[in-house]
Amino acid sequence: MHLADVWSQLFSFQGYGELLALVRNSVLAGAVLGLTGGLVGVFVMARDLAFAVHAISELSFAGAAAGLLLGIGVVQGSLAGSLAAALLIGVLGSRARNRNSIIAVLMPFGLGLGILCLSLYSGRAANKFGLLTGQIVAVDNPRLTALLVICGIVVVALLLVWRPLMFVSIDPQVAEARGVPAVALSIVFMVLLGMAVAVSVQIVGSLLVLSVLVTPAAAALRLSASPVLVPVLSTVFAVVSMVGGILLALGSSIPISPYVTTLSFLIYVVCRIVGGVRDRRLPRAPRLATEVAS
Amino acid sequence: MNGAGAAGDGQVMMGAMTSSAPGRADVSAPRPVLSIRDAALGYGDRLLWSGLTLDVPAGEFVAILGPNGSGKTSLLRAVLGTQPLTSGSIEILGEPVRRGHRSVGYVPQQHLADRGTPLRARDFLALGIDGDRFGLPLPSADRRRRVDAMLDTVHARAFARTRIGSLSGGEQQRLRIGQALIGDSRLLLCDEPLISLDLNQQRAVSDLIDASRRDQGRAVLMITHDVNPVLDMVDRVVYLANGQALVGSVDDVFTSEVLSDLYRTPVEVVRARGRIIVVGLPDHAHEGHEHAPHHDGTEH
Repeated sequence: MHLADVWSQLFSFQGYGELLALVRNSVLAGAVLGLTGGLVGVFVMARDLAFAVHAISELSFAGAAAGLLLGIGVVQGSLAGSLAAALLIGVLGSRARNRNSIIAVLMPFGLGLGILCLSLYSGRAANKFGLLTGQIVAVDNPRLTALLVICGIVVVALLLVWRPLMFVSIDPQVAEARGVPAVALSIVFMVLLGMAVAVSVQIVGSLLVLSVLVTPAAAALRLSASPVLVPVLSTVFAVVSMVGGILLALGSSIPISPYVTTLSFLIYVVCRIVGGVRDRRLPRAPRLATEVAS
Repeated sequence: MNGAGAAGDGQVMMGAMTSSAPGRADVSAPRPVLSIRDAALGYGDRLLWSGLTLDVPAGEFVAILGPNGSGKTSLLRAVLGTQPLTSGSIEILGEPVRRGHRSVGYVPQQHLADRGTPLRARDFLALGIDGDRFGLPLPSADRRRRVDAMLDTVHARAFARTRIGSLSGGEQQRLRIGQALIGDSRLLLCDEPLISLDLNQQRAVSDLIDASRRDQGRAVLMITHDVNPVLDMVDRVVYLANGQALVGSVDDVFTSEVLSDLYRTPVEVVRARGRIIVVGLPDHAHEGHEHAPHHDGTEH
């Protein structure tokens, strides 16, 4: 295959206007998912749960596959799978060391279970592959409604618990002494995370959920530590990756996920470079002076 | 009121004897900020300490000393309401302790914030004002003013907008003290606030704590493995060892006789160049003075 063929397979914009009308739902879903993922990601980073997100997405995949096989529905199945995983990790893995082993135990189990269900499923093959690597054409109206409702709940709940959740995430001892309900908040966050993962799995696929729920927030943290700017940047990065990825993937026959993950990755690389250059240029001279003087 | 443990008593009391000491009830005396009555604390069969009676009035600086595992941190947790007593009672401003009392500021044993923490120095201080509140975090001029004032108090203006994870240990510790003070607490609890700081930073942090009780009349309870850096600030010490709780002034507690009695082994207290050195402590009781104890987070 010639390079030009590869290029035309990767990027094709023939009849773009008509296609765009067809995927209106997907673009909207991508934007909402980006908003949700960008906000949730800030706490995934603050609570050091990146690895847990991956495990939850594998169980969400298993749930979605089971939902497909048993005819319950992909949305319901993936939601059940990721909530079960999120609660297990939240309850059993309150300590980082325990958490890692529980995650490592859950992850292959979820993937195996999902593959089993898909092997037994005799329906369209595109559905199978889509759960792992994402799909854009599959967002019909009922599914879009489900996604909007779930994302709405996650975003509103997250904003309401934002301050105490941040407090307990970075300084659990002091927060608990101040009366912040640490255990309850941890469970609440795991439930919200499970919901966010479940909707992400249906769009970007379970293998690539991290690119929406972790990479944008990690990129934002490279540029800023402001409690306002980090969530804003993270959300912008996630929305740009999602919507940009969908728009680029539109004319091609390739799944959406490589576009989303590549955009997300490039944003991270740029943020790392910009942040690194800026940190080197500002050696925080006044601070060092007071350090010596005091 | 059994006021046997009042400041400047000039008398060392084993906790067990306090109940029989004559009461000196004084109606006009202001209510103590912290009032501990015949308290005991243990886990399962193991009793950490018992018979602790202590009244801490506003402005008093009490140091808590004792070997590793003697229950110093557990005492602070009991005052915070996160650790129930085995027996006895603790009151703060006349109310029984409960978790989340707004009059208590807490600085736990130091752990450094990691670099990914999405907070700057000023945001970290603001958590002390409303970090426990649910609901949308809306901007507030009052909060900004209070944070600015506290940044000056803890000398953190220069790095107010620097991410907390890239600050030095001393800078982070000053911010922790500021976070504990900013909520207008009446009682400040500090757990080894000077550990792993160089001498300059030790001075800066202990001066902050001292100023908060001198200028604003806070009562201070501070765990320390070494009394020397705060020797000129401490009003009284609580010495926990061998299941007992000893309360008294530095001069009363740090004598060869009293500590030998407490450890049930000959111990010599030496004073040299304004420092106190305890010689001959039994193994695993090296709360002494030039070396930091090993902190592995398992201490009760």
